[in-house]
Amino acid sequence: MAETRTMTINMGPQHPATHGVLRLLLELDGEIITKVVPHIGYLHRGVEKLSESMTYPQALTLTDRLDYTSALSNNLAYCLAVEKLLDLKIPKRAQYLRVLLAELQRLAAHLLWVATHALDMGAMTVLFYAFRERETILGMLEQVTGARLTPSFVRIGGLAKDIPDGFAAEVRAFVEDFPRRIDEYETLLTDNIIWKKRTQNIAPMSADEAVNYGVTGPVLRACGVNYDVRKAYPYSGYDEFDFEIPLGERGDVYDRYVVRLKEMRQSNRIIDQAINNLPTGPILADSAFAVPPDKEAVGKDIAALIRHFKIAQEGFETPRGEVYASIESSKGELGFYVVSDGSNKPFRMRIRPPSFINLGALPKMIEGQMVADVVAAIGSIDIVLGEIDR
Amino acid sequence: METLYFVLESLIKNIVVIACLMLFVAYLTLAERKILGYIQVRVGPNRVGPFGIWQPIADGIKSFFKEDVIPLNADKPIYILAPMISFFTALSMFALIPFGDKIYLFGREIKLVIADVDVGILYIFALGTLGEYGIVLGGWSSGNKYGILGSLRAAAQMISYEVALGIILMGTIILAGSLRLTEIVQAQRNTWFIVYQPFAFLLYVVAALAEINRTPFDMPESESELACGFNIEYSSMKFALFMIAEYAHLVTVAALCTTFFLGGWLGPVLPGPVWFILKTLVMIFVFIWIRGTFPRLRYDHIMKFGWKVLFPLALLNLVITAFFATLS
Repeated sequence: MAETRTMTINMGPQHPATHGVLRLLLELDGEIITKVVPHIGYLHRGVEKLSESMTYPQALTLTDRLDYTSALSNNLAYCLAVEKLLDLKIPKRAQYLRVLLAELQRLAAHLLWVATHALDMGAMTVLFYAFRERETILGMLEQVTGARLTPSFVRIGGLAKDIPDGFAAEVRAFVEDFPRRIDEYETLLTDNIIWKKRTQNIAPMSADEAVNYGVTGPVLRACGVNYDVRKAYPYSGYDEFDFEIPLGERGDVYDRYVVRLKEMRQSNRIIDQAINNLPTGPILADSAFAVPPDKEAVGKDIAALIRHFKIAQEGFETPRGEVYASIESSKGELGFYVVSDGSNKPFRMRIRPPSFINLGALPKMIEGQMVADVVAAIGSIDIVLGEIDR
Repeated sequence: METLYFVLESLIKNIVVIACLMLFVAYLTLAERKILGYIQVRVGPNRVGPFGIWQPIADGIKSFFKEDVIPLNADKPIYILAPMISFFTALSMFALIPFGDKIYLFGREIKLVIADVDVGILYIFALGTLGEYGIVLGGWSSGNKYGILGSLRAAAQMISYEVALGIILMGTIILAGSLRLTEIVQAQRNTWFIVYQPFAFLLYVVAALAEINRTPFDMPESESELACGFNIEYSSMKFALFMIAEYAHLVTVAALCTTFFLGGWLGPVLPGPVWFILKTLVMIFVFIWIRGTFPRLRYDHIMKFGWKVLFPLALLNLVITAFFATLS
């Protein structure tokens, strides 16, 4: 018998399928993976530390750059945390609009996921189909927020602006059309025998393992664990919406795919309900202390001008204390843990990025599988390095 | 004098065929990008000239002027030789393919095929397998781990489909009673072999996809896992040679499919070469279409598929064909 040796191969940080600057150290026996060590940190910008030298409204812009595929969700999670600290009461209309925007953003993120995941497996066409719809969504978000990727639109106390005229009609048209588009992706993938072969029983996780690893989001629900922050700890009025949490069984790559596609259909339902039951009213909380006055008043009223100036320059002081607020972002539970020492800047802001924790389960998933499955597994847990490295 | 004429005739045929093939290959890249573009709700190249018709030429010029990098730990002679092997075999396979019947010019009978060899099919298999060496050696000699993985996959893939491919074509050989490609075409004068051998045709398309390393069998390349696999270290014209070889191989495989199953140059009204090109184009379109539709298989799936599905089906097809051929 000849001596067999394993080959160590460095996958990334520049690699088409690691979805950013993730570096995996793979130890291969032929094409079988015997060991995998993920290396992260190539995109570290010190978001948590930076936020300590910024006022609360300023730090909001940093959150856009965490999970850059769903910036509005990050804004929302951060604002929820600060609002909890300030004990602000958000008007209904703002809550509904937040839900609407967050779900649109979830669709955009999931579309990006299905596109890249399918491309990793060699199915090129799905990419362009999904990007077509993502483009529509980003166009709509741009109408509302003025930006496609880094909106910083959800503000402490509500929203930066109300929706423009004609936006509702556009959303309705989109909601009408979208389920048919999902059907299109499904014709290309769901029953495709090659797709099934590539995804079924690949990188599986049992429910226990997933819970032990702290995995959240679609990856967890694909294992059959019914945990979705939107249902478990409803925020921003999610308890008033009627939607289901899709669950998988085997927790493999295929189930994660199915769960996400079903989630897109549910998100579509939520958007439909949000736009049709949109209450009227203000979009900012009534707090002279933390919420800037509207532009109209700033031009006419000297007191409003001063207040606007104060909030923009100094922010606002928060009560001493610690809060944790989390939302269900497209990747999983995104949490912000904010410690306040009573000043106008966070004493410590800790982010719980779902991608980071889900990535921790990657070695467990792919050891003993093949090189091609690494790509499938990375795609299926849907990581964003901006969020992992922070 | 006769020898001189013969040499002249061969020379002209060679030049014409190679020129046509190269032009065809160049525009095949454009056609593929355009067709994939329309499948994928986008436009495809349209910047260089109207409808992007100068795109292949721009690509050619670009790759010609790129710096040619040879990695330090590459096995230099083999590294340089590998793209040549691929290119050479892809071209020389085409020499066997008849693209028309005999024509009479200046009182001479001219066969519209460069080399009408009596062991045609064997020659084509031999070259097809040799072409795979270009990929295997190229990946292995470039001193890159991804390259090595690509080569390993190419080698594994080669053994899993080549046997089946040979047996699939045995059916047509039994029907035609010859290994000579012109005679195989002639034997389809009344009925194309696709009528007698529909399964063999389908199996051939699958095996051919594996032979030319295209989606869903693009294992050696698999850009998303191996970051281009065997040609990861190749640049400039060496890379272009691999590309040209790949597309020339695609044309050859489509042309072979036409020859074996679709009646080669045979067809009413239009002259032979036109029919031949039309049928080949249809096959090429099918290959591009498949690329736009399917994800990539995993390489152990391909091996299982090659040995456990393709091979037994091909054998079955052969046995049935032989049975009926003996009866009639």
